[in-house]
Amino acid sequence: MAEQPKTDSPAAPLERIPFMQRVLDNPFLLLFAGVVVPAVIYILWGVMEISQIPLVK
Amino acid sequence: MTTAVAETGMIGALATKFRICPATGLRVDLAAERLIKANAVAAVVFLAIGGGFGLLVALTRWPAVHLLSSDLFYLALTAHGLDVLLMWIIFFEMAVLYFASAVILSSRIAAPRWGWVGFVLMIVGALMTNVAVLQGDSSVMFTSYVPMQARPHFYLGLILFAVGALIGCFIFLGTLVIAKEEKTYEGSIPLVTFGALTACIIAVFTIASGAIILIPTFLWSVGYIGHIDSLMYKLVWWAMGHSSQQINVSAHVAIWYLIAAVTVGAKPLSEKVSRTAFLLYILFLQLAAAHHMLVEPGLSSEWKIVNTSYMMYLAVLGSMIHGMTVPGSIEAAQRKSGFTRGVFEWLRKAPWGNPAFAGMFLSLVMFGFLGGISGVVLGTEQLNIMMHNTLYVPGHFHATVVAGTTLAFMAVTYLVVPLIFQREIVWPKLAKIQPYLFGIGASGISLFMMGAGTLGVARRHWDITFPALDVTLPYGYSPAASLMMGLNGLSAILAATGGVLYVAIVVASILFGKKVDASNAVAALGPMPKKVVHDAVAKYGDAGTWHLPGTYVLVGLFFTTFILYYFVNWKYLSELWPMQ
Repeated sequence: MAEQPKTDSPAAPLERIPFMQRVLDNPFLLLFAGVVVPAVIYILWGVMEISQIPLVK
Repeated sequence: MTTAVAETGMIGALATKFRICPATGLRVDLAAERLIKANAVAAVVFLAIGGGFGLLVALTRWPAVHLLSSDLFYLALTAHGLDVLLMWIIFFEMAVLYFASAVILSSRIAAPRWGWVGFVLMIVGALMTNVAVLQGDSSVMFTSYVPMQARPHFYLGLILFAVGALIGCFIFLGTLVIAKEEKTYEGSIPLVTFGALTACIIAVFTIASGAIILIPTFLWSVGYIGHIDSLMYKLVWWAMGHSSQQINVSAHVAIWYLIAAVTVGAKPLSEKVSRTAFLLYILFLQLAAAHHMLVEPGLSSEWKIVNTSYMMYLAVLGSMIHGMTVPGSIEAAQRKSGFTRGVFEWLRKAPWGNPAFAGMFLSLVMFGFLGGISGVVLGTEQLNIMMHNTLYVPGHFHATVVAGTTLAFMAVTYLVVPLIFQREIVWPKLAKIQPYLFGIGASGISLFMMGAGTLGVARRHWDITFPALDVTLPYGYSPAASLMMGLNGLSAILAATGGVLYVAIVVASILFGKKVDASNAVAALGPMPKKVVHDAVAKYGDAGTWHLPGTYVLVGLFFTTFILYYFVNWKYLSELWPMQ
């Protein structure tokens, strides 16, 4: 694989894994983001708008 | 079949029994295999039931046939929506999650007993909801908008079903952890598993949203809560109702990559690009639910436009990336196999006689051209007003869920039966035509419903001529609307024929198919260019080429269609509201 640490030589320093790959390799971080983003932008924002609609008296 | 006991040093692993798949060489945890089988069988049963109800709905909406009474029509419409949009799809997705984690990663599955608890909950929930619908006083349709009220066990069944599915999601995540701990793979998980992870994440959001709205609605149905605000219900319900269809999109895109990898050895053009496209799904795909709220006066334009015309387009970008990289990866693999003449030899000589490949490619084309383009049109606030709550909406989602997801799931079944059930497909000639029958029927349903919707025909209406009123109405639909509904009925018959064939082939193969072993394992997967099963499905790695002239032509054709159709709709809008 393209971004794996190289182990050909014991003396070779480990290749740094890019930030985006570390993000994509972390399922629980992705789970957090995948729940929070729509929960805030769609549900929370929408609930706030609906709750501000004045009730008929 | 070779059976081995893993010796990884962990208690759970010591008890796990594996077999080695003779076709792919992957280690298959027998506990995972049993769960995949159970969920796949349940899925097919609910497809058969829900598909039957769908045919009844289409035959009723065909004015010349008008099969069911209004009461039965709404009962059938409710059962159709629940059985195919939730039960068939989510049972199959559970099978996909277990396959994409335990099998592709050659890992033992996490907590298989909990997998059975989840499965039983899903079965009990699905039956409970179906019973409520068939009792006749819960014909509230798939959306069950309040203040329409169903029987309490209608909602309770859905809640149990959702809890069962949530258990399946956590087992998938747990299996990823185990596979990493036990080093059954190196580096990043394969792309197909990453696609399944995307589906799992969206499923967690979907089920959480369902719990937020269905639990109070259940309490309302039993009298513990006095009132549910209808707009609040609609907002939160669609976070479940529409997002559940985004689980499908992620799952079927993962399946496109899987089938392309197994049948022609396709590797992603770029792992990074495809994973980024899935990331766009994870972050933004669920927001497309907002297009159901575009004509609600209680929500601001800012909320509507941010959720649809800004964020949703990022998810659309993800779909367009997959729409290019899947055929691109097939072209790259075919060219590597020697099909290099001209622009399209790779496509002409693709394994069209293999039902898995044919179903996958038809699903890809119809999802993109019909479902994708119409989805963007519906997600545009100004254009949405023309077809909101018309038959255009079911036309759109029959392109995505039926021609896209269902056809992709059918296609992968032709690999799952030999690989997991270890049976050959019976009646291979019928299997060869099945994806075409179903695909053409499904695309007809989609196109003709969108045509009727463009003419203004309302969705979810028993009748478009109103004969029971016995009065002459001042308004009538264009005669072309009746033609569209008739063609929709004919297309439904064609799709139902394809659906019946699928169920018959799958059931007969599982019951009577020849046993698959090392001698026939590859041949059982259907015609393939190289008669070998490629390992691209379980490996990280790029195709290593961007020389894809055929794919660029297809992408150009797609964009031309997209732009023309998009602006044709703006022209329609300008004719509705002329500026003087």
